[in-house]
Amino acid sequence: MSRLNVNGKHLDLEFDPDTPLLWVLREQAGLTGTKYGCGIAQCGACTVHIDGQPVRSCVFPATAVQPSQKIVTVEGLSEDVSHPVQQAWAELDVPQCGYCQSGMIMAASALLENNPEPSDDDIDVAITNICRCGTLQRVRQGIHRAAAIRKQGEQA
Amino acid sequence: MSGKASSSELGTTAKMNRRRFLVATGAAGAGLSIGVIAPGVALAQADKGEVNAWVVINPDESVVIRIARSEMGQGTLTGLAQLVAEELECDWAKVGWEYPTPRENLARDRVWKNFATGGSRGIRESQQYVREGGAAARMMLVEAAAKRWQVDVQECRVDKGIIRHTSGKQLTYGEVASEAASLPPPLEVKLKDPKEWSIAGQPLKRLDTLDKLNGAQIYGADVQLPGMLNASVKACPVFGGKLISFDDTEVKKMPGVKGVFPLGDNAVAVVADTWWRANKAVKALEIDWDLGEGQSLNQTQINERLEEGLTAETKLVGNKQGDVAEGLAGAAKVIEATYSYPFLNHACLEPMNATARWTKDLCEVWCPTQNGEAAHAGAAQASGLPLAQVEVYKLHLGGGFGRRGAPDFVTQAVLLAKEFPGTPVKVLWSREEDMLQGFFHPVTKARVVGGLDKDGKLQAMHLRISGQSILAGILPHALRDGMDITTFQALLPEGDHSISYDIPNLLVDHAMRNTHIRPGFWRGVNVNPNAIYMESFIDELAHAAGTDPLEFRRSLMAENPLGWAVLKAAADKAGWHNRQKKGQHMGLAVCYAFGSYVAACAEVSVADGNRVKIERIVAATDPGYCVNPQQTEAQVEGSFVYGLSALLYGECTVTNGKIDQENFDTYPSLRMAQMPKVETIVMPSGGFWGGVGEPTIAVAAPAVLNAIFAATGKRLREVPLKHSDLQFV
Repeated sequence: MSRLNVNGKHLDLEFDPDTPLLWVLREQAGLTGTKYGCGIAQCGACTVHIDGQPVRSCVFPATAVQPSQKIVTVEGLSEDVSHPVQQAWAELDVPQCGYCQSGMIMAASALLENNPEPSDDDIDVAITNICRCGTLQRVRQGIHRAAAIRKQGEQA
Repeated sequence: MSGKASSSELGTTAKMNRRRFLVATGAAGAGLSIGVIAPGVALAQADKGEVNAWVVINPDESVVIRIARSEMGQGTLTGLAQLVAEELECDWAKVGWEYPTPRENLARDRVWKNFATGGSRGIRESQQYVREGGAAARMMLVEAAAKRWQVDVQECRVDKGIIRHTSGKQLTYGEVASEAASLPPPLEVKLKDPKEWSIAGQPLKRLDTLDKLNGAQIYGADVQLPGMLNASVKACPVFGGKLISFDDTEVKKMPGVKGVFPLGDNAVAVVADTWWRANKAVKALEIDWDLGEGQSLNQTQINERLEEGLTAETKLVGNKQGDVAEGLAGAAKVIEATYSYPFLNHACLEPMNATARWTKDLCEVWCPTQNGEAAHAGAAQASGLPLAQVEVYKLHLGGGFGRRGAPDFVTQAVLLAKEFPGTPVKVLWSREEDMLQGFFHPVTKARVVGGLDKDGKLQAMHLRISGQSILAGILPHALRDGMDITTFQALLPEGDHSISYDIPNLLVDHAMRNTHIRPGFWRGVNVNPNAIYMESFIDELAHAAGTDPLEFRRSLMAENPLGWAVLKAAADKAGWHNRQKKGQHMGLAVCYAFGSYVAACAEVSVADGNRVKIERIVAATDPGYCVNPQQTEAQVEGSFVYGLSALLYGECTVTNGKIDQENFDTYPSLRMAQMPKVETIVMPSGGFWGGVGEPTIAVAAPAVLNAIFAATGKRLREVPLKHSDLQFV
């Protein structure tokens, strides 16, 4: 039995020691918002936050996460789809099929935590997720829009 | 599966879908899934508010529009709902949707018609009858109100779901829906002139966005049912090969493993409590394959076979005008070029999957499919049950691109579910399995010969395609006299894939050279290579003639004013005419495909002689009628990602009969840093219905190739460009 802190809750879960965090989240914790795309940290669909940093959970052993570390998945980003990135994504209708978007949203929200006003070059470096539908242009616009929403929120 | 009206207002919590119940997830101990997510309750027809097959109106005024086609990101769910709502004249803010199942369609004499979603046909093929469905429902609702008031329907008007009589009386749709449902449908339905549209034609938000922002959207890969088992599959890595035997002694001892099963004659599956354990076990399984004849083939031999076809005799002629031999013989200048296009995998980000539960009386399947009826038929065949006892619940697809038309993964899930009667089994392919067991974009080469007269006018062109036929590979009954018409897409004399240019002496023919690699319809299909062959060569001809490439194309487009209009629009907006003054390098491409006119003008820059950046692409689209301009823009933007991924990196090669690329490390996709700025011009000219999801992919590659020539003087004729000496930054 291992204890993980997921979306602010302590979960006591049982899993094989070699299980990647992705599969513990999906199959033991029942949180299917985090997606499997490649299993080799190439596509980013499995991106979650560990202590605020973006992590590709498909290659990250669940046993490597300490009980004190805070894991946030797309389900825990906000209670009501109100995170600035979610607001911007809704405003610009960013998703197409949507399968990569959990990862995109987690990568984008982590970027904004570290860099509240990213330039296009910053976005190029930070967002390396794959989207086969091709939402990249709106993802870029969405990040800029989320940065603006965030700034308004701080000023308000 | 369905969605309730979801306000686009920010902060609105994604609402629970009608046909989904979700037992709240929580912490639990042992390694079994605990979230229970299962779409599949009865259609809203159980309510009294079904006005007709397309429209249900509930007492709370919410409107449920039935959608037969699958949503895979392309946005037709919203577009089709807009078309119904336009004629229905309901309040768009109250619109939700649901998928009827293929069994329900069959039971009701296919009232929802075709479920197949491909060929950019979702809207253009069904727009007429879905609009009629909306209009008929409106007429019945008004008639019901008129009957209650005992007035003439002519004295009633409708606005946003409220029926008003000239006297001032009013009733809502919800108040009369059940009365309307009992009326006979109107014999004659008049549709609105698209000029009067106020819901259709507008850049409305998608109906399915909110659930995609917080993990609430349930894809096939996410389905969880009580007691569900998970399977991972390994099929023979060489197409045409067979399973000989496997040794599961050790694998059966692995934790969680419930069983190891052969699947058909060419695959093995491990079923376990969790997918992680099933997949680990299938990787550990020792399998003996008969790799079959395919194992003797390598990419070099496939290439040689295609090269031989470039000059071989053939009777497969797709387009013939005048006399090419004579035209070339009389030409003042003849040029020739050879191009090639590789195998490609669709690489949907959600790997293939399906979940099935089988009993001797009922087989239920939950799956992402582009063709609900094909999935239904496949499930019925595998289950041994009649169609009436098989239910397929469609889920939104995590990408389709043509891959999910086939029911191969559905068959696997049903066969495994039969091993565990009453227990649901989910089959999810690993990425590696998905990459090897694709339906690959066919491999082709082309040799193009063109002749110019002394004034630099195009006199004759012979375009020879050599390579694989999709139909011969997977739908041989669709061949006509041995010919695969899809091979000639965008080069045909007529139809929704006709050639863009008037060429007095023209021959387009095909030397069919098939391989054991299973071909399929890959977003854009044969328009992808054909537009590269034609548009690159037209550019080569323009340079040989010493004519501006835009002007050269114009001279061949007198009979194609709509094609010329999109090309001119893209070129004008990109600044084509001032490019040389500004030191910009641009390339053009134009195409007519899937019934739409598309064009692109790409701009590239070059640093250090070989570092190429695709800076910007201006794309113009005329789909005739445009149902949702912002979603059309999204499809155009996305087309460049899919098309440029293929142009720059995409390639599947064959060694000893097996595809070499097993994941995104060797089969890369365009990423943010390489994404050019896309500016989209949507210019619907009216009068026809063209597709939107695919045509623009065709112009992505040739526009960039022609811009690279303008910038570097290099003609790159082999796709992907990762083999060239250029670097893409």
